[in-house]
Amino acid sequence: MGVKERLEKGLIKVPGGTILIAKMADIMAWARKSSMWSLTFGLSCCAIEMMATAASRYDLDRFGMFFRATPRQADVMIVAGWVSVKMAPFIKRLYEQMPEPKYVIAMGGCASAGGPYRDSITIVKGVDQFVPVDVYVYGCPPRPENLILGILKLQERIRREHLAEKNGLPKPVREPIIIPEAGATG
Amino acid sequence: MIAAVIQFFEQHPLLWTFVKAVVLASFTLMIPLAVIWIERKVAGFIQSRLGPLHVGPHGTLQTVADALKLLLKEDIVPDGADKRFFYIAPYIAFISTVLSFMVLPFAPGWVALEMNVAVLFVIGVSLFNVVSILMAGWSSNNKYSLLGGLRAVAQLLSYEIPMVLSVLAVVFYTGSLSLTEIVEYQVKHGWNIWHPPIMIAALIYFICALAEINRTPFDLPEAESELVSGFNTEYSGMRFAFFFASEFANNFFITAFAAALFFGGWDGPILPPIVWTFLKVFVMIFVFMWVRWTPPRLRIDQILRFAWQLLVPVSLVNLLFAIALGVK
Repeated sequence: MGVKERLEKGLIKVPGGTILIAKMADIMAWARKSSMWSLTFGLSCCAIEMMATAASRYDLDRFGMFFRATPRQADVMIVAGWVSVKMAPFIKRLYEQMPEPKYVIAMGGCASAGGPYRDSITIVKGVDQFVPVDVYVYGCPPRPENLILGILKLQERIRREHLAEKNGLPKPVREPIIIPEAGATG
Repeated sequence: MIAAVIQFFEQHPLLWTFVKAVVLASFTLMIPLAVIWIERKVAGFIQSRLGPLHVGPHGTLQTVADALKLLLKEDIVPDGADKRFFYIAPYIAFISTVLSFMVLPFAPGWVALEMNVAVLFVIGVSLFNVVSILMAGWSSNNKYSLLGGLRAVAQLLSYEIPMVLSVLAVVFYTGSLSLTEIVEYQVKHGWNIWHPPIMIAALIYFICALAEINRTPFDLPEAESELVSGFNTEYSGMRFAFFFASEFANNFFITAFAAALFFGGWDGPILPPIVWTFLKVFVMIFVFMWVRWTPPRLRIDQILRFAWQLLVPVSLVNLLFAIALGVK
């Protein structure tokens, strides 16, 4: 049942209010989209590609993204690499320590679904078993272009996100974004 | 029209004070937006990247977006934190910065409060920053914050001493504690930086200023690779933004203070005085960023040894020279 519908009903009663609030929501979405500070969270080989994405050649700072070491100041967690069973509780705790409008990118096959370690008993079969994932970036490891595509798709989603979605009201179920494998070696 | 406005404010001095306070506080909030954008661009160019590019033309709206986003983030206060101190620490940091802007002369007559002990006032007020960092570190109830806070206090207090001694050299040389008078002295007698004892004082001031605003060779209070984020580890959203803003506004202030003490403040040919002030400040800010993004970080014992064994004795001897040469 629509939080959105209820909100819109409320808005229509206020003459002229709709425009203002819609504009405000736009500005808020734009601000969130434009400055996604990400949590430094490299776990294995994907972390090297993540660092390469932030470094000279690809430069994540172009999109206003840079890495913060503390979860309190981060907006998006890029889980880069395989997650062992021992590591999983810490990922969950770090996710819970991030302040509210927060997003997760599962980078690489391992973080998405276990990858080549799917049969191992010590590797978690995908980080989505304990934190909600917004974008899955496939590849082993993904090329920086692929990660950037995932970030751009996430930006598009945040841009379209409604005011209500991230303000303590119940979250609507969102389809995850899946970035397919790209490049010659993937 | 303008005469009527001036007359109105002369009749209501309290209102005029209020206007000045609002202008200063908003200036202190706006300056970081520009300085952070420049910092990220300079960092980008030094690391052969481009820096912010896609938010606004050449990323100029990047810091605006950052500030808006931080405003909208959830405000987390840890359960174990000492709530009162946790709440007020960022504001104390910010207020100390605004207060030091209060006595800064931007151009002849462009000073919020003409004070005859301005230099003393600035030194006293800027120490509040240390208090706020210790408060933030201690009240967060987090080991990284506490270590960052303690390091910050050790470092800032050690570097405050050579910094004050080098500023004192200027005070003795020009024979005034008022920033406006120091600048006017330089307009008459040439910039202080060209006089030998002050040249050394300026060098010491530059090193200490880097330490005072926690720039890279001395950025131990928030060493990312060891202390997560140092004293502000537990801060999120707007409270963190205030720490961030006060850090970069301090960066602006400490260079503007140096411009007034050593580089003749608003003094310069052709261009209007206010332009000269900003020109000098931004050139110095660029040098600060240049230093920040090139050398690596030092250890805490190296930093303290450098301050106590080298900077303090050198600045003391230098102060004696300045007194000997400056007394008229």
